[in-house]
Amino acid sequence: MSRRFITGAVSAGLVLVLAACSGTTKNDSTDAGAQQSTAAANPNAAAKEGVKMAFLPKQLNNPYSDIEVSGGKTALDELKGEYKLVGPNDASASSQVSYINTLIQQQQNVIGIAANDPNAVCPSLNQARSAGIKVVAFDSDAAKDCRDVFINQATTQGIGEALAKQAKDLSGGSGEIAVLSATPNATNQNAWIEVLKKELAKPDYAGLKLDKIAYGNDDDQKSFQEAQGLLQSFPNLKVIVSPTTVGIAAAARYVSSSSYKGKVAVTGLGTPNQMRAFVKDGTVKQFALWNPADIGYLAAYAGVALSSGQISGKEGEKFKAGKLGEYTIGASGEIVLGPPTTFDANNIDKFNF
Amino acid sequence: MSEPGNRLGRLFSWDAAVVLVTVVVVLVASGAVENFGTSRNFTFLLLDLLPIALIALPMTFIIVTGEIDLSVASTLGLTSAVMGSLWDAGLSIEMIIPLCVVLGAILGAVNGFFVTVLKLPALAVTIGTLALYRGLAFVVLGDGAVADFPRDYTSWVTGTIGDGPIPNVLIPLIVVAALFGLVLHATPIGRSVFAAGAGEQAARFAGIRTGRLKFWLYVVSGAVAGVAGVLWTLRYSSARADNGFGLELAVVAAVLLGGVSIFGGKGTLPGVLAGVVLLASLQNALRLQDVSNEALNIVTGVLLIVSVLLPNIVSSARTALRRRNRATAPGAVSPER
Repeated sequence: MSRRFITGAVSAGLVLVLAACSGTTKNDSTDAGAQQSTAAANPNAAAKEGVKMAFLPKQLNNPYSDIEVSGGKTALDELKGEYKLVGPNDASASSQVSYINTLIQQQQNVIGIAANDPNAVCPSLNQARSAGIKVVAFDSDAAKDCRDVFINQATTQGIGEALAKQAKDLSGGSGEIAVLSATPNATNQNAWIEVLKKELAKPDYAGLKLDKIAYGNDDDQKSFQEAQGLLQSFPNLKVIVSPTTVGIAAAARYVSSSSYKGKVAVTGLGTPNQMRAFVKDGTVKQFALWNPADIGYLAAYAGVALSSGQISGKEGEKFKAGKLGEYTIGASGEIVLGPPTTFDANNIDKFNF
Repeated sequence: MSEPGNRLGRLFSWDAAVVLVTVVVVLVASGAVENFGTSRNFTFLLLDLLPIALIALPMTFIIVTGEIDLSVASTLGLTSAVMGSLWDAGLSIEMIIPLCVVLGAILGAVNGFFVTVLKLPALAVTIGTLALYRGLAFVVLGDGAVADFPRDYTSWVTGTIGDGPIPNVLIPLIVVAALFGLVLHATPIGRSVFAAGAGEQAARFAGIRTGRLKFWLYVVSGAVAGVAGVLWTLRYSSARADNGFGLELAVVAAVLLGGVSIFGGKGTLPGVLAGVVLLASLQNALRLQDVSNEALNIVTGVLLIVSVLLPNIVSSARTALRRRNRATAPGAVSPER
């Protein structure tokens, strides 16, 4: 064993030394090779009928993405297109790739995707685009050079500022706060939390202290336990800010059934239907969200506009999105839905989603 | 299943049946499922099953010896995470790849040490390292992803030979699979593996160092999982701590479906590869038909249960037949085992 082991180790060492002599490193220039659509858009082109659009959310059976894609279905019914929904059961980075491949095979016209990982889906999305399929990212962006447009529910800046403002209002301007996020690698959650941190560093928010960012992985049970853990670790906590619908509901459920009810505020992003009971019983004073169904609705209209040649994804192009009115494409293909709505005891009963 | 000298048994052996079923499924799907038989789909299918097929090779050896290695997917994830952080640190990719394979081998050696030197049960050890290695992966890379790997490498891994349907990575896979197959079925090492699985005591009396054998099998298993980690990272151009999550179950499922007995001592590599292709083709075909994930899981589950049940039913039926033959024809010579 020993002699053979030494021989093996020496030869492995040699290989490494040889390999170290030359090589490709991070600092070598690599060209991005972004794909730019060269087709000129014709804003007056007629909207095509029968456009086949498939929605690929982060994972299936997530209440939030269910509402999102239902809006896509509504829009495609209006536009006489064909709606399809596919997706993985787990929100892992690579699980979406084989679905994209399947959609390429089925020759869809448009793929609407909420990316679990902006880069992992990139090669297959570009394969789809070279096969003539238009790609609309929504909710969670893919890398910029692998999609045509991105439907942003609100600007990252806007959401982050709203979260900071909620924390300040509910804590009375000073005290300890904590964040309960989704998965540690969720593109959108991380971006919002970044802005929230920047806001907290400003003098306006000097009285607030961010204790911890906990991750509930968008899993009800884990989020519940994380909320419990936060309150046990930080007895002076005043506000839990959860920028995910699963997290905010789990945190509210824990607080409403504990001695912290009325002492610790829960806020963040949630849907009126899941939060209604907690607003009525006083656990939650206010929270915010855009209408997720509108995201899917806008994504479908953008997809059909792309497919019809009305837009190509360049900045400044305009298209009409049914009941939502006219939209203009911003920098790097971004289309912003609009400002989030704040829900409280006064207005919550006007919404049903 | 395969009794030496019993040609009937050989003909109806489980692994031959799996190969046959796989061929039938692929042919039927090519005819019945739209877009299944296209060359592009062929490429996607092979790229999807590559990591499972690769890891299933050493897994077959390990399960035949009566042990198991459930830490392979976490080894893949930790390798991927280390690959990302080394790349971020500015090392060259040509340096990182062998380092990652060595890392995999070391992780495998840790399993081997616990199982063969400390004589701990493999199931407990590798469930432990499954959690440990995945945890380490998150320590190494946290929640981020490293994505700026050199285009030459990533496009080679996702690319095909001369833009045809055959992925570049298939040729090395076939070579490696052939190598593993030869070792298992045509060398003394392979015979030792079967002997160790059939009866550890007897194998030791016959002079086989089963402990050392198993130790090296774990090292190889880890190294192969390391290779799979490198390929996975390059294929998705994304080094992440959660890469390959849950893959160990897909591998074990394919190995068992391929006719390897979980109790050791039985199995063939062609059967296992057929099992991998069967599961992947079914999944691919059903997805093209827009069958939901839940239904996919149900199909996989039923297949597995059947694959464990059927051989037992067949062998007990055979025994019953033999008994009856013996009873009705006194003096008839029946092949005894």
